[in-house]
Amino acid sequence: MDAQFAISGRDFVISVTDKGVARSIVKMKHNEDKTWQLSSHTLMSVSGEAGDTANFSEYIQGNVRLYSMRNSQDLSPSELANFIRGELAAALRSRSPSQVNLLVAGYDKGKDEAALYWIDYLSAMAKVPFAAHGYCGYFLYSVMDREYTPEITLEEAKALIKKCFEVLKTRFIVDFANYTIKVVDRNGTHEIRQDEL
Amino acid sequence: MNRFVEQLAANDVAELGMPGSLLAGPTAAMAGPTGHGLSFELAAGNNPAEFAQHFIDAKSEKDSLIKIAHGTTTLAFKFREGVMVATDSRATSGNVIASQTVKKVIEINPYLLGTMAGGAADCSFWERVLGMECRLHELRNKKRISVAAASKLLANLVYRYKGMGLSMGTMVAGWDEKGPGLYYVDSDGQRLANDIFSVGSGSTFAYGVLDSHYRYDMDIEEARDVARRAIYHATHRDAYSGGVVRMYLVQRDGWVPYPLEDVGDLYYQYHPEVQLTNRTESPLTVVPA
Repeated sequence: MDAQFAISGRDFVISVTDKGVARSIVKMKHNEDKTWQLSSHTLMSVSGEAGDTANFSEYIQGNVRLYSMRNSQDLSPSELANFIRGELAAALRSRSPSQVNLLVAGYDKGKDEAALYWIDYLSAMAKVPFAAHGYCGYFLYSVMDREYTPEITLEEAKALIKKCFEVLKTRFIVDFANYTIKVVDRNGTHEIRQDEL
Repeated sequence: MNRFVEQLAANDVAELGMPGSLLAGPTAAMAGPTGHGLSFELAAGNNPAEFAQHFIDAKSEKDSLIKIAHGTTTLAFKFREGVMVATDSRATSGNVIASQTVKKVIEINPYLLGTMAGGAADCSFWERVLGMECRLHELRNKKRISVAAASKLLANLVYRYKGMGLSMGTMVAGWDEKGPGLYYVDSDGQRLANDIFSVGSGSTFAYGVLDSHYRYDMDIEEARDVARRAIYHATHRDAYSGGVVRMYLVQRDGWVPYPLEDVGDLYYQYHPEVQLTNRTESPLTVVPA
C-alpha cells in the first residue's frame, strides 16, 4: 500500500512517493526514499514486492549508468523508459519475474520538454500527463482529471499535489504522513519539502 | 537429483543473457549458493520449490512434515554509545515450547552480530555463510568488511532463493569505519537501514516500549534498561516469546555480551507489589525432612 504518483507539465515533472516501509502490520521505516536517480535528468519511482524493488532498481540504475559511461551520453527519458520496460518484460517471462510498479519522470534536453512514463508490473507502458499506482489511483485520478491542464505551471502542480494529499488524508484508510517530493526540470532533479508546497 | 547450481547455471544464462550488460543482473549465472562450490540437493521434478511447499509449514498453520520453529522477539537500536542488540530465547514448534535457552544472536565475527527470527536453521546457516564471506573479504582486501556491505551480501544471498521457502528476519549489527551500523534483512530480499528495529511475533510489543522510551542520547545503563524492558514486556504478552533476555553491546572495539536475565525473575523486579506466597506453605514446595 504505497503512495506513488506524479504530475507533468510542459517543462517539469513532480514525482511523489510515500516514505513508509511496512511489513505485515508493522511500519519498519518512516524515511525511505523510493526514488532512484537514473541520470541527471531522469528519476524513477518504484513500488511493489519487497526485495524486488531494490533489486530491479539497482540493476536498472547500474546498467543505465554503465551505458552513459560507455557512450559518454545519457539516454533520453523515452529511451530509458523503453529500456526499463524491455528488461521488466524479459524478467516477467523468466523464472524470477520482478513485481514492480514504476513511474519514470524525466526532462528531455533534446526535445526541451518533460516526459512521464507509467509502467506497471506486467510491463504495460504509457506516456502520460499524470499517473498513479495502486490504491492511490482510485482517489487521485479523478482529482487530477478535474484539475489538470496541459499548460499547468509548477506552482499550480504543487497546489494540485497538496490537494491530492488532502484527499488521501480525509478519505484513504492509510495515513502516509511523510512523502518524498521531487521535481525534474531543465536544471535536473531537486527535492522539495512537504511544507514548501 | 537435480543439482541446483547446474540447473540454474545452465538455464538462466541461455534463456536470459542480459544484452550488453557487464553487471550481474537478477538472472545472472550462479557459481553455487555461496559462490564457493557448496550446493544443495533438490527434490526431483520441474519445480522443486513448489514440491517442497506442500511439506513445509512456514507459518505454523498446518499439520505438515516439516515444521519451522517460529515466534521470537528480537530488537536492536543505535544510540550514542553504539548498537544495543537484545533477544528473547524461546523456540516454539506449533504450540509447544521446544526450548527456553536458544541463542538468537549469532556472532558472525568479533565486530558483527546477526539476530535470528523465523526459521532457525535458515538464519544460522546463512549467517554462517555470511561469516565465511566476511572473512574472505577481510583476507582479500586486508580490511574488515563494512556493515553495509555485509548486510548487502546476506540480502543478495537470500534474494537468490526468493519464493523457495526461506524464512528469516534478521538484523545485522556491527561497527565499521563509518561507526555503528544496523541493517534489517529478510527472506524477501528486503534490506533496510535504520536506527531502531524489532523483528518477530513479539516485535509489536517491543516496538511499543522501545519507541516510547528510546532516546539517541541514552547512556549504556539507560540503553540496557530500555532493551531489557522491551524484551521483557514482549515476552509477557507474546506467548511465543520467553526464556531469558540476551543482550549485546557493539562498540568501536567489537561486541560484548551481557549476563543473561531470566524474564521470570524480571517479573518480580518490575512488579514489586506481587509477592511470592509463603513458600513453606505452598502445596507444591517440598518441605525438607
